[in-house]
Amino acid sequence: MNYEAVIGLEVHVQIKTHSKVFTRVGAGYGHEPNTLTDPVVLALPGTLPVMNKAALDAIIKAGLLLGCEIAPVCKWDRKQYFYPDSPKNYQISQYDQPICIGGSVEIELPGAARNIMGEHKKIPLARIHLEEDVGKLNHHAADSLVDYNRAGTPLMEIVSDPAMHTAEEAYAYLTSIRHTMIYGGISDCDMEKGQLRCDANISIRPVGETKLGTKVELKNLNSISFVRDGIAHEIKRQLAVVAAGGKLIQETRDYDGQTGTSQSLRSKEMAHDYRYFPDPDLMPVQVDAAWKEKLRAECPELPFDKQRRFLRDYQVPYTITSVLIPERGLSDFFEASAQLAGPGRAQAVGNWIANDFLRELSAAKLPLGASKITPASLAELVGLVEAGTLLNTAAKEVFVAMFATGEAPAAVVARLGLAAVPSDAGELETWCRDSIAANPKALAEFKAGKDGAINAFKGPVMKAGKGKANPKLVDETLRRLLAGA
Amino acid sequence: MAAPSDLNIDRIAELSRLALTAEEKVRFSAQLGSVLGHIEQLSKVDVTGIEPTAHAFPLHNIWAADIARPGLAVADALRNAPAQRENMIVVPKVME
Repeated sequence: MNYEAVIGLEVHVQIKTHSKVFTRVGAGYGHEPNTLTDPVVLALPGTLPVMNKAALDAIIKAGLLLGCEIAPVCKWDRKQYFYPDSPKNYQISQYDQPICIGGSVEIELPGAARNIMGEHKKIPLARIHLEEDVGKLNHHAADSLVDYNRAGTPLMEIVSDPAMHTAEEAYAYLTSIRHTMIYGGISDCDMEKGQLRCDANISIRPVGETKLGTKVELKNLNSISFVRDGIAHEIKRQLAVVAAGGKLIQETRDYDGQTGTSQSLRSKEMAHDYRYFPDPDLMPVQVDAAWKEKLRAECPELPFDKQRRFLRDYQVPYTITSVLIPERGLSDFFEASAQLAGPGRAQAVGNWIANDFLRELSAAKLPLGASKITPASLAELVGLVEAGTLLNTAAKEVFVAMFATGEAPAAVVARLGLAAVPSDAGELETWCRDSIAANPKALAEFKAGKDGAINAFKGPVMKAGKGKANPKLVDETLRRLLAGA
Repeated sequence: MAAPSDLNIDRIAELSRLALTAEEKVRFSAQLGSVLGHIEQLSKVDVTGIEPTAHAFPLHNIWAADIARPGLAVADALRNAPAQRENMIVVPKVME
């Protein structure tokens, strides 16, 4: 019998705010333990939560970017459970009235080759709701240590329908959410910092069956590649259990990316019973059209839409767009530079960014924002090369200097004497004449119709020009002289 | 008032992390029974056509601007912790 896997993902995204979601103490990563707490975070008696407006704006924006319906009214509920990561013994979350309903995530599957765009499809969403993150437990041999810095950080939970079937789809889904949230300025989505986390619900069923099989929840998928590897591993494990005549049980499994294995977690309760009820300390939120439209106006173009536009309007190759698009700043840099460079030069601009610029940034360990190269200076450099004033090899040198000093390309060219020579056509013509005269054998071959013989004349010319002669001009001059010879 | 037959005191005790004696189970079952009896009465009210509300007051959109302010000093934050180490609260080993 043939089986198919069914995968649903629960993705948690931390919202980038200055303060926590229900109190105003600072939120952030990498601070000394328990330095981001206040009486609300610690659930001291008599404290009351107060909603963070910026967190609401961010989640509504996320919903608009993913095509969700924004609920006209939503509320917050208490999810009760006992665990030291939550000092209140409940987590404030949204149960039956989430703020965002439906929507979808566009994904791209791997293409046939790296330079070919893969198939696109839309993965439907069930909902997105806003809740508070919990504290972090550091497990030791004999006890656990609790740090409440993370507790109360605004957290979105994006819940997909069980609509994915392969580990590749899940990987593409998470990548797309990540890019979209970064574009929207909603989260930095750094998985190493726990800003993006993912749990997967995985089951298998015979192909053609519409009912879902027994579901296994896979936890600790804490890097994007672990998501792919962990899900692939779990699908294989389930198929093996069934092939061996076994029966799958509903359980939670912990994936260890280092060893590529998973193990069942002891379940503390037979089934969770969270006893949700509306939090009486928080008022419901009403979202009207004016608020929604204000946020819609702040929404950026989606990454895939931008990629389609780059392919269409700038005629840049797919491989270049797939380097530019994931980083919003880089794609904006490209567009600004391509517009300044003018028609027909966008591909050159894209090549410079995807190759030289990224290489220099990474070698210097600099973020894009700290770069001394500007869209205008790159456009100018491309212009010099296109005009034949600067040869490609020299241009590379100019680029490195521009990167280091922030000088305009023309200034670097002048300082380093890198302009293509001779600017005086007479000198070039002399070198060409000399070269032709010195090689009667190649001249005879060329006259006999062997076009490739022209290359034999080029070496001496380039040598005479100390490598700075413009090959295009050399070729043109040689052809002109040979036609008259 | 006697406890309703579907009240599972063992399950409730487990969820609440309470170790109850046999005598306490009987006593609390009865007490919880009367609470449930009260809720039962509320359940009998006909609410057809009444919109569910999350709050008694028709107030919405109560919030504050996202401006961070200083919180507690670590020593204050940990003052109530029965045990602490490395500026963190020590809890028994737990596995979720």
